[in-house]
Amino acid sequence: MKHLLSAADLSRDEAQLILDTAEEMRSLADRPIKKLPALRGRTVVNLFFEDSTRTRISFEAAAKRLSADVINFSAKGSSLSKGESLKDTALTLQAMGADGVVCRHGSSGAPHLLAKSGWMTGSVVNAGDGTHEHPTQALLDAFTMRRHLGSLEGRRITIVGDVLHSRVARSNVLLLSTLGAEVTVVAPPTLVPVDMSRWPCATSYDFDAVLPKSDAVMMLRVQRERMNDAFFPSAREYTRRYGLDKNRMAQLPDEAIVLHPGPMNRGMEISAEVADSTRSVIVEQVTNGVAIRMAVLYLLLSGSNETEEQTA
Amino acid sequence: MSPAQRAEHPEISQPPKRSSREVLDASDISRALTRIAHEILERNRGADPVVLLGIPSRGVPLAQRVSARIQAVEGQSVPTGSLDVTMYRDDIGLKPPRGLEHTDIPADGIDGKVVVLVDDVLFSGRTIRAALDALGDIGRPRAVQLAVLVDRGHRELPIRADYVGKNLPTSLVERVTVHLTEFDGEDAVLIADKAPTGVKA
Amino acid sequence: MTAYLITGARIVGGDQADLLIDNGEIVAIGSGLDAPADAQTIDAHGLVALPGLVDLHTHLREPGREDAETVFTGTRAAAKGGFTAVFAMANTDPVADTAGVVEQVWRLGRDAGYADVYPIGAVTVGRKGTQLAELGAMADSAARVRVFSDDGDCVWDAALMRRALEYVKAFNGVIAQHAQEPRLTQGAQMNEGALSGVLGLTGWPSVAEEAIIARDILLNAHVGSKLHVCHLSTKGSVEIVRAAKRRGLEVTAEVTPHHLLLTEELAASYNPVYKVNPPLRTKEDVEAVREGLADGTIDIVATDHAPHPVEDKDCEWSAAAFGMTGLETALSVVQQAMIDTKLLTWADVADRMSYRPAAIGQAAEHGRPLEAGAPANVVLYDPRVERTVVPDESVSLSRNTPFDGMTLPGKVVATFLRGTPTVLDGELTR
Repeated sequence: MKHLLSAADLSRDEAQLILDTAEEMRSLADRPIKKLPALRGRTVVNLFFEDSTRTRISFEAAAKRLSADVINFSAKGSSLSKGESLKDTALTLQAMGADGVVCRHGSSGAPHLLAKSGWMTGSVVNAGDGTHEHPTQALLDAFTMRRHLGSLEGRRITIVGDVLHSRVARSNVLLLSTLGAEVTVVAPPTLVPVDMSRWPCATSYDFDAVLPKSDAVMMLRVQRERMNDAFFPSAREYTRRYGLDKNRMAQLPDEAIVLHPGPMNRGMEISAEVADSTRSVIVEQVTNGVAIRMAVLYLLLSGSNETEEQTA
Repeated sequence: MSPAQRAEHPEISQPPKRSSREVLDASDISRALTRIAHEILERNRGADPVVLLGIPSRGVPLAQRVSARIQAVEGQSVPTGSLDVTMYRDDIGLKPPRGLEHTDIPADGIDGKVVVLVDDVLFSGRTIRAALDALGDIGRPRAVQLAVLVDRGHRELPIRADYVGKNLPTSLVERVTVHLTEFDGEDAVLIADKAPTGVKA
Repeated sequence: MTAYLITGARIVGGDQADLLIDNGEIVAIGSGLDAPADAQTIDAHGLVALPGLVDLHTHLREPGREDAETVFTGTRAAAKGGFTAVFAMANTDPVADTAGVVEQVWRLGRDAGYADVYPIGAVTVGRKGTQLAELGAMADSAARVRVFSDDGDCVWDAALMRRALEYVKAFNGVIAQHAQEPRLTQGAQMNEGALSGVLGLTGWPSVAEEAIIARDILLNAHVGSKLHVCHLSTKGSVEIVRAAKRRGLEVTAEVTPHHLLLTEELAASYNPVYKVNPPLRTKEDVEAVREGLADGTIDIVATDHAPHPVEDKDCEWSAAAFGMTGLETALSVVQQAMIDTKLLTWADVADRMSYRPAAIGQAAEHGRPLEAGAPANVVLYDPRVERTVVPDESVSLSRNTPFDGMTLPGKVVATFLRGTPTVLDGELTR
């Protein structure tokens, strides 16, 4: 693995390796000295063209715990906000000797371009690109589910909300199906792509029908502004049909858990009671995010870039 | 088995069918571990301060076997765990990334204890150097001792073992292979000519 | 003027004959021609002789974006591709919406001398879609504009489109529509379908093109004018135009070389060189536009040559400009997509790339069959060779060819504009 651009890049074995490595990383977090020497002397650049404090902090903590040098390069107040091109930024990072670039960008495919353009030689981790993918989010979601549900083979996972615009949904559908789960996306028809034939999942418009058959439910953030583009009539109607409240939660099987990638719109896609309930693993997702990102950075950056996999 | 062990002990990933000879059989190994257990007790005047930490992968079952023998002798269990050193290796940036092995530190920790590191083969000493660094990030033992099943020489660092199952003078072109029932279905230590393909030992 | 005796060319892909060019005209076609003593002989055995190609849809970028292309460089690229006439789209800066701008473009073309430049006038002021431009003034100008288009944007207001179609009847004009319903394509980045959903790129649905084409055909039937559909790209569009023609409705349509050969799958690379408007479609659509071109539903091939400077393509997909260059590769792509597949003959190619575009654009000097007395606008093309497309070998100012690295058949060996070679031995003559 040189880059992590899409959850589709991961084979089942690679995904399991990341999850297993994250498990070790997580247990190491309880030690008095949290720093590990694995990435000593390596430089990780957090290249954030979009504001996302949570994701940036999570990657920053992960890189620092692995002893990497971390440079934060955010759009606000930097040359990025003054129209510097992605190419010039990449050339700058190359000149600075960035071993790894964690890239968040509003344009789908921007991390892909960074990785494949030849502008820079470092590894690229997609930290969310446009409406495309957010693979480390999917990994931390899978990690969280695995801790609660065991193997995801045959597990029924339901992803609910603005699938059309969600990079979290795309990455999760791909990764969870790679891990053997049966994924169903639930949304109003206006908020799923018009042709889902290339998605390894089922699609439903009826949340209540899917609920009792779900081992985990992942609620996606829905922006109220979508209603201005007629994706749904009103926030109230959205909540009534696709929001997860206490009554709906009661329809879930006993062991089922509730996830949300954050930040939540309490009262919109998820009620406060559900978010704060014992089924909710939302806070744990944040903790697991650091372990997953440690695992990803470790597996991408700890080795030599030149050496190919040994055959031994 | 993890890539970490493959890289450090390439000889154990490939059962040497050709021209290998057995230098220790199952009963030799059993006697050696029993002796090591007694030596540990003698040297530390009992089991009280001792924590056994096996270095994955084959150091871990060896530590458990030593632990069982100590329990049999003293009637008292010693805290036993495992210590992965992958991230502390000095060649970490020079080889492809390796998966991590499990680290399991006994609940009471290692502060003030005598930690006995257990590994299968002592060779360059670099694994033990990494283990000492890893220990330092976990706590401050009163002392650290080293037990190995086989010492094959060719040290590259000023490190020596406190407890040795068998000193096995070898040539650099030879491969030492440790088989344990937990991994390989049998107990044996084999020695063979190194594979001609230039795998680093 | 030097006379040229072209020997052994397959005339429009048919029988071998010699062709004598003198004084800007084709003097004779046959064998054992009586050439002047100083005539230069060109051995064209094995080459196909075609009438000079006519591109009804070219972006020359001048005035305004001379960093992307100029009339000079764009017509050089045209000559290299076998074109003797190009219609220059109106989306320049300032927009070609007045007699002054179209005359400037026309004069630049005449001065360059590589291909005749026929400016296209904007339909609406500033191409903003709200008020008709002075179409009559452009028609009466020295540029004699007959084709009007807001290309790049759609004349989406049905009432305005109706008026435009009606108004140009006074001078036999034609409205060339960029068919794109704007509300259905807000923020659109690529063809809408299974792939766009996976790539997370906003979809450009086929229906946004088809709905406008259907509407415009009906509007045109109502007012009895001339409608031309630019860069038709979908199977549904082909079906709509085919059905309209079957009913006897007046409409002409074009397809680009890239829509004849490339599919949306290329977008998966996120390489913006594949970003174009209308977007690359599916394999099914490609098959449909090929069939449409073969059966005459689609009248012509037009390049939509859209040069862009490097920085407008060397960036993330959503920030990149739409468009691809195409003049220098058009004939090769048509050979691969239509000739080598036996969907068209060379005589058909002469029809789709010379006679009919000249007729739609009313370029009387061009699109004439190769015969004695016709202006000597001639292309010699070698269909037997192959070449790998190298962007840096382009004579266009821009490098955004989607065929980069592809091996395409054929090569233009010579182009004559009114008897003067603009290309000889595959290279520009000056």
